[in-house]
Amino acid sequence: MVKRHVVGAHYGLRDWLVQRVTAVIMLVYTLGVVAFILCANGASYEAWQELFACTWVKVVTTISITALLWHAWVGVRDIWMDYIQHVGVRLTMHVLTLLWLIGSLIYMVKVVWGVA
Amino acid sequence: MTTQSVKFRVYRYDPDKDAKPYMQDISVEVDTTTERKLLDALVKLKVVDESLSFRRSCREGVCGSDAMNINGKNGLACITDIDTLKQPIEVRPLPGLPVIRDLIVDMTQFFKQYHSIKPYVINDSPAPDRERLQSQEDRKELDGLYECILCACCSTSCPSFWWNPDKFVGPAGLLAAYRFIADTRDEATSQRLDDLEDPYRLFRCHSIMNCVDVCPKELNPTKAIGKIKDLMVKRIS
Repeated sequence: MVKRHVVGAHYGLRDWLVQRVTAVIMLVYTLGVVAFILCANGASYEAWQELFACTWVKVVTTISITALLWHAWVGVRDIWMDYIQHVGVRLTMHVLTLLWLIGSLIYMVKVVWGVA
Repeated sequence: MTTQSVKFRVYRYDPDKDAKPYMQDISVEVDTTTERKLLDALVKLKVVDESLSFRRSCREGVCGSDAMNINGKNGLACITDIDTLKQPIEVRPLPGLPVIRDLIVDMTQFFKQYHSIKPYVINDSPAPDRERLQSQEDRKELDGLYECILCACCSTSCPSFWWNPDKFVGPAGLLAAYRFIADTRDEATSQRLDDLEDPYRLFRCHSIMNCVDVCPKELNPTKAIGKIKDLMVKRIS
């Protein structure tokens, strides 16, 4: 294979934007949870369960944790891009990171939507 | 004449003679009435040990030749006061670039990145009789951009440039890129933005601002990079 220096994959802006938008989603969700804890004075197990039994809370939580995982994907991939120069090793790390994040996503859905 | 002894720890490496680099402890007497800058002391040092190699030219902060790592921070030797430095003054070559000899580094990669952003006005419209004019406001946009002397202090203090010098343009190149994007006489804004919309060329910048911290001309590459990102967002929304 010819040794060409290749750059120009046009997804730099998309990932940079995604990282900022997901950060805002996480911030809003975190503020909501903190407000709930303060209003409910620490919150008992029953209060937590009642809150997370609401469908809209499940939807919002799913969106927020998906945002967290997407944010983590961009961040962790950035680290591999910065520090791992070998293309094969880097691709392997990317795949492992994706598998871990997709696993976390499936587990999150099971937990959040399993609350009765 | 008042003399003062200045202590140095200088990075030495001659690939023809040395198996590996080493630090040399050496001191020199300087006349504090006329020799107040680090470059003055280095020139004196070269009289003591003529094998010491470094670049210098204008000796007034304009040419950018004598950029080096001074007590752990990149800067120009010719505009750095000896009095402001803790002794022994540790002088090393700019980090992240291959060392040719002593304080001289190979800047090929740095200039390759600079050339990659096409550092010239691109305008295919027929040229007017005399010159392409700008309004005073439009010209003001270029302040803080055109003053860069390409000394490489910023790019060689940037970890993203250390890790990916072949793919990340670096702060100096990106400052120059924005200088031409901001120029109203340039017609290639879209192509310039396309060229940078890549996970490496622009977006390896994580805004840690080492570049701003070391720039001897007090320029702000991070701000210019932010403006390029703003334009990209504006373009898609």
